[in-house]
Amino acid sequence: MAVLTEEQSMLRDAAKSWVQEKSPVTAFRKMRDSGAELGYDVAAWNEMAEMGWAGVIIPEEYGGSDFGYLSLGLVLEETGRTLTASPLLASALGGASAIILGGSDAQKSAWLSKIAEGAAIATLAVDEGPHHRPDKVATTVSGGKLSGKKTFVLEGMAANVFVVSAVSGGAVELYLVAADAPGVTRTKLNLADSRGAANVSFDNVAVSDADKLTGGAALLEKTLDRARAGISAEMLGAAVQAFEVTLDYLKTRVQFGQVIGSFQALQHRAAKMFTELELSRSAVEAALTAIDNDAPDVPELVSLAKAKMGDTFHLVSNEMVQMHGGIGMTDAHDAGFYLKRARAAEAAFGNQAFHRDRYARIQGY
Amino acid sequence: MADFGGTDLEAFRGEVRTWVEANFPAALKGKNPMQVEERNTPTPDMEAWRKAVGSKGWGTPTWPKEYGGGGLSSAEARVVQGEFARARAYNPIGGMGVMMFGPTLLEYGTEAQKQEHIPPICRGEIAWCQGFSEPGAGSDLAGLQTKAEDKGDHFVINGQKIWTSGAQWADWCFCLVRTDTSKKHEGISFVLFTMHQKGVETRPIPLIAGSSPFCEVFLTDALADKKNLVGPLNGGWTIAKRLLQHERSGLTGAGGGLGSGGKPIEQLAKEYVGVDEEGRIADSDLRTRLINNVMNMRAFQQTAVRAMVEARGNASPGNTTSIMKNAGTSLIQERHEMALEIMGHQGLGWEGDDFSAEELGAVRGWLFGKAFTIFGGSSEVQSNIVSKRILGLPDLTQSK
Repeated sequence: MAVLTEEQSMLRDAAKSWVQEKSPVTAFRKMRDSGAELGYDVAAWNEMAEMGWAGVIIPEEYGGSDFGYLSLGLVLEETGRTLTASPLLASALGGASAIILGGSDAQKSAWLSKIAEGAAIATLAVDEGPHHRPDKVATTVSGGKLSGKKTFVLEGMAANVFVVSAVSGGAVELYLVAADAPGVTRTKLNLADSRGAANVSFDNVAVSDADKLTGGAALLEKTLDRARAGISAEMLGAAVQAFEVTLDYLKTRVQFGQVIGSFQALQHRAAKMFTELELSRSAVEAALTAIDNDAPDVPELVSLAKAKMGDTFHLVSNEMVQMHGGIGMTDAHDAGFYLKRARAAEAAFGNQAFHRDRYARIQGY
Repeated sequence: MADFGGTDLEAFRGEVRTWVEANFPAALKGKNPMQVEERNTPTPDMEAWRKAVGSKGWGTPTWPKEYGGGGLSSAEARVVQGEFARARAYNPIGGMGVMMFGPTLLEYGTEAQKQEHIPPICRGEIAWCQGFSEPGAGSDLAGLQTKAEDKGDHFVINGQKIWTSGAQWADWCFCLVRTDTSKKHEGISFVLFTMHQKGVETRPIPLIAGSSPFCEVFLTDALADKKNLVGPLNGGWTIAKRLLQHERSGLTGAGGGLGSGGKPIEQLAKEYVGVDEEGRIADSDLRTRLINNVMNMRAFQQTAVRAMVEARGNASPGNTTSIMKNAGTSLIQERHEMALEIMGHQGLGWEGDDFSAEELGAVRGWLFGKAFTIFGGSSEVQSNIVSKRILGLPDLTQSK
């Protein structure tokens, strides 16, 4: 755990106790069973916003607290523990980052206060196929009309505004497109992890220079790096929780007349998981801290964090099922939730293979 | 990092810089003769540098001044380290006395023991070796049988130690001996004796990588003064465990390169394997594994930094050292294997002019590297320790 400021400690503690009281995994299960249209519990999200969590990275003049990315990462880690579904990542981190980094005064005024209040949901619409390939953009802007299809848009059904990547005049640009603009249609995706996502198509949607963010492809990468670090923090919380639940099971499940945690074959796998979680925590905290410091090596540190965290969550979620045995295969147990969330989170904003390749390219090999 | 800023620290930095410029022999710039063999036949420059650093206590910067240490805060110690690095100067005060024995004696020794043994360590005058493992007591260290008989004012020691690094050059030995045969862990004592005596015989052990610093040590009526019993009689196991924590934290410090002055592994791969039209390592399978290793190494280093920052003010190594040893040593071994693979047949030379020094080094490094996951507590023992001490899982090995 990074050395925290007093504000950060308070924020983390508040998140920890809210999550335990108001948003345990049973809340996620209830949301899933209810078939909630948006993929999250709106009342819970309102409570999170009331506590200021939607404005952690947003400047004070727009109603945020400007506490930075490590701080928001602390909240995401806690909500990640219990798989709390909300637009915290997609909107309060992803969408907000794009507007903070590339928005005009008018764009910031129009959206940031509402995002900080939780009243508006902004989200990144950057992927166009089954894989994260942000540099391959087929969506175009031509003659003031934006057209294309975006896939796996997080909280796509809830979004009020999309941050859309599109090629204009040969270069990748980001546009703010209101969800209710004529020509925007969205389709809810029912994914294994039960979280909110949509495919969104843009058919000759009218856009002007006033809708364009400043920064082009560099802004897109900078924004994505923030989203990648943020989801890594969420994955860290989920993986730590999955491990702790599994460890607890090793200490209580009795077979052959002894707790199964007394078997060395399981002990050493537990020690391996613990080690990987510690290494992953270092990488995730270093990436978030680098973003807060605007360090030059943010891209490689973020790719390190996302790749490392992806591998670790992958391992821990598999072991959670395996070590629980039959009970871990049942829908009544939470292990499946962590397994499904792990794969969805791994795929989001670039999987391990994507980030390993990116890390090496940045370093020149 | 709040404790980095202060103007006092900047003044201290200036002082250290001036001192290093005045005292570090230019001929030693960029060298690291701290290999045991070279240290044993020091040049006049090396001697001068050792004495200079020793008199300041800066080789053991955070140890108390009263015993010859530097008496510095950890922030000041980092300044000294930084200034040495800036001048490409090595720390001439090292070895097991510094890494393991000194910190342990400072914690458990009597005042008289500290006064006698710590100052020569700080001055780099005495080389220590570790008499722990025995032929029948490796991973199960507490099964050791070397026996010490109480003869009033001294012990008479009989038995055999093995894997004793640097025993052939050591002046003194810190040794685990059995003083009670009726109990296992509670029958072990921690004693110190000089290696320069009749009852001590050392024999170097050639390894798969060639010659090595490891020795067998035969103890035949060797003598240890009673005043050199550290801690209570039969209370040596607690001290040994503490010392092993220091050992583990020392063994995991290995950095990113393959050895001193080695090229980064990705550079080697580009040279030997070639690159594609996009500048990527041409063998994509190798490239993926290599990236994984490089990234894991970086996460390992980030964890070392994090542990340091978190432990500010509490410098003693804790349970995390057990995780660090496994994580670090497995990555280094993997890297050694990859270097061999990258070099192909050129990476399999044993000796001769057909191979570069780098290639020959890769082979020896690969072979010697196999020891990393065995010594200092094998990977399996480390995993036992993590699962028992950190994760709270039941202990089947009774390893304490």
